[in-house]
Amino acid sequence: MLETPVLSVKDLVVRYGEACPKCAESLEKNRCSVCGCVWAANNLSLEVYPGEVLGIVGESGSGKTTLMRTLYFDIAPTAGSAVLHDYKDASQSIWEASTAEQRMIKNNIMGMVYQNPVMGLRMNYSAASNIAEKIIAAGSRNAAQMTARATELLEAVEILTSRMSEAPKNFSGGMQQRVQISKALANNPSLLLLDEVTTGLDLSVQAKVLDLIRKIKAQYGISILLVSHDLAVIRMLADRTIVMLDGKIVESGLTDQILEDPQHAYTQQLVHSLI
Amino acid sequence: MEILRIENLSKSFYLHYPGLEIRSCHDVSMTLNKGEFIGIVGASGAGKSTILKCINRSYLPSQGELWYDSEALGKVNLSTATEREILYLRRFEIGYVSQFLNVMPRTTAKEHVMSALIDMDCTTKQAEADAKEMLSYFKLPETLWDIYPVTFSGGERLRLNLAHAMVKKPRLLMLDEPTASLDNKTKILVRDILLELKGADTSMIGIFHDIEFMEDVCDKVFNISDGTLVS
Repeated sequence: MLETPVLSVKDLVVRYGEACPKCAESLEKNRCSVCGCVWAANNLSLEVYPGEVLGIVGESGSGKTTLMRTLYFDIAPTAGSAVLHDYKDASQSIWEASTAEQRMIKNNIMGMVYQNPVMGLRMNYSAASNIAEKIIAAGSRNAAQMTARATELLEAVEILTSRMSEAPKNFSGGMQQRVQISKALANNPSLLLLDEVTTGLDLSVQAKVLDLIRKIKAQYGISILLVSHDLAVIRMLADRTIVMLDGKIVESGLTDQILEDPQHAYTQQLVHSLI
Repeated sequence: MEILRIENLSKSFYLHYPGLEIRSCHDVSMTLNKGEFIGIVGASGAGKSTILKCINRSYLPSQGELWYDSEALGKVNLSTATEREILYLRRFEIGYVSQFLNVMPRTTAKEHVMSALIDMDCTTKQAEADAKEMLSYFKLPETLWDIYPVTFSGGERLRLNLAHAMVKKPRLLMLDEPTASLDNKTKILVRDILLELKGADTSMIGIFHDIEFMEDVCDKVFNISDGTLVS
């Protein structure tokens, strides 16, 4: 069964601080006890396939957000490559692309939803303008089309169109997350990066966001990389799951297998902590 | 024609804390032919569900081979197949019914049944028609179709579970105590649809505590004791 991955990451290293010759044998968790540098991502490799949700779980500081933000060009990798099927037929790592090309990838091929909506939205612009900004960045200048697209997307995420002219700073956390999702979808990306999108939301709003992600997957066939602390969210949405610890992938597999038959000591600890 | 051959399947769980190995099933071998129904009996904790979960790959087998004859992929060893292959088989060919209902929040009973077909790239219209037919078959009252199943009784949940698994007419269907907590009338419905599926060449493996029910539908019965096939 031959399938071409939408995204393929190889040997990603993200290090904060200069390395020393003793780093390799002096890592305590992900920090070198000699020079103090932090190996936030340490040789990560993964693949995301068309239409699948790949879940990423792990404790705080395990490198999940570093991975997402490196993929979205917010952080520069120390080493490694990432190829996207929709960028030059996966012939060049996105991290070798020019700044202009990276902008194009962010606007047309990938969408990102941050845990903190402040990172992904312009809080003082209207919800519709946030979406329009993304569409303009992709090259469109047709105001009527932009309004129509913003209306369609906000309706899809259940934001009343009567509120599309309001700034997200006036919205609740759940509404801000949904505006972020609609903004990320503005240009029909093939890959959506979702970083803890349900954290901090109350249960009913969380259910709305989960339902929305499920619909996005079913309707648009978009591949999703989903970071979450919440194993229930992962169980419901992810086809496959990766478990991270101290900047490394310690286990990966089918989501139900990871949750029902975890192999690694940390994964067992994580699953046994489920309430 | 053989559809599944289990060869020397063993499964143990190693718990890092406290450093303990728990043996679940040991050296199990059996063959399932097309359109055949195998029943598995045994005491609680004997390892019956482990066999089904290894076939479904919810558990990773410790040893042994599970050869499945896939319509699309040919002969596949389920214990070593890639995750993408397993996901494909679960979408199109293999069904699993457990005693527990796992539904997305804000998903109605009808949408839950439809989701199995939409996953198979079926149109929404066709999926809705088939889902309604299946829900009617299992006598789930029409008033419940557009309701979230969180409010359903145990029996209603089980019927919904069965409808979700059977609506896609899988080639291989695994049933883990699907009739527990069902009344006699519903058991008869389940028996009839299992016989219907069997008539349509669906191969099945089921775990039942109800011996009478099992005698009605099964061609072969295996007895598991302490993780080992005894008869």
